[in-house]
Amino acid sequence: MGTTTPIATTRSVTGMPTGRLAVWWVIGSEIVIFGGLLMCYLMLRLKFPHWALMSSHTNTFAGGLNTFVLLTSSLFIVLAHHYAEKKEELKAFGLIWATIFGGLTFLVIKGIEWTTEITNGFTITSSLFWSFYYTAAGLHALHVIAGMILMGWISIDVLQKKNMHRVELIGIYWHFVDIVWIFLFPLLYIAK
Amino acid sequence: MAEHVGHAHDEHKDSDGHGPAFYIKIWAILLVLFIISVLGPEFGHRTVTLITAFGIAVVKAYMVAVYFMHIKHEKKYIPYIMFAMLGAVFLFYIAVATDVEKTSGNNWENSSAKYLIEENKDFEHHMEH
Repeated sequence: MGTTTPIATTRSVTGMPTGRLAVWWVIGSEIVIFGGLLMCYLMLRLKFPHWALMSSHTNTFAGGLNTFVLLTSSLFIVLAHHYAEKKEELKAFGLIWATIFGGLTFLVIKGIEWTTEITNGFTITSSLFWSFYYTAAGLHALHVIAGMILMGWISIDVLQKKNMHRVELIGIYWHFVDIVWIFLFPLLYIAK
Repeated sequence: MAEHVGHAHDEHKDSDGHGPAFYIKIWAILLVLFIISVLGPEFGHRTVTLITAFGIAVVKAYMVAVYFMHIKHEKKYIPYIMFAMLGAVFLFYIAVATDVEKTSGNNWENSSAKYLIEENKDFEHHMEH
C-alpha cells in the first residue's frame, strides 16, 4: 500500500503537508529572485528618466492581453483545485489543461510581441532597458513553461485519482507566476 | 500514503464554503481592477498612475494570495516567511539604492551614467514628437 511512498509525504513535524511547505519555500525563494531583479530595474528606471522613451515602445495591448490570460488561467487552476478536492477528476483534469492552454496563449502572445520588437531593432543588447525587459519577461516566461510541464505531469495522476493534493501545490506555484506578472506589467508596460 | 496527508489539509480548504461562484466573483473583481490600472495612467498624472498602476497591483496581488492561494488558511509562519523574503528585497534596495541612483559621491563619480543622462536629457522632446 504505502511501501513505495516517500516518508516525507506521510509525516510532518511542521503541522502542514510537506509538499505544500516545500512549495511555499520555493515561492519564498522566487520572491527574492524576482524581487531582486525588479528592484534593480526600479532603481535604474528612477536613475535614467530617458528609459520612459524606450519603454514607450513596449506593446501595452499585448501586455494587457497577457494579464487577462494569466488572471483567467489562475481562475482555472483554483477551480481545478476545488474539483480535485471533491474528487471530480475529470473536471479537475479539464481545468488543468485549460490552465495549460492559458500558459500556451501567454507564450504565443509574448512570441508575437517579441518578434515585432526584435524586428524593429529592440533586442536584448540594444540598451540596458531592453536587457532588463527581456531578462525579466524571459525569466517569467521560463517559469510559465516550467509550470505548464508540471501541470501536464500532475494531470496524468489526477485522471487516475492519484496524488490529487498536487493540484493545489501547482496551483500555488501558478498563482505566484501570476502575481509576478501583476507587478511586471505596470513596471514594463504602463510606466511610460 | 499521500492521501491521508491530503485529508489533513481539509481544515484549510474552502471552510467558508467557497465554490466556483466565489472564485469567479474574485476573478471578475480582479479584471475590473486590471481595467482601472490600465485606464488610470491614461490621465497622464503621476500620482494617479502610481495609485492606479502600482497601488492596484498590490491590491490584486493581495487578492490572489488570499483568495486563490489561501495564504490566510496556512500556518502563521508561511506569511511570515513571505514577508521576510520581501523584507530581504527591501533591505537590498535600502543598502544599494543610494549608490545606484546617484551618479557621484564624496570620493567617486559614475561618469558613464552621467554621460548617458546628459545625452538623453531632452528625451521628453522626442516623446512629444
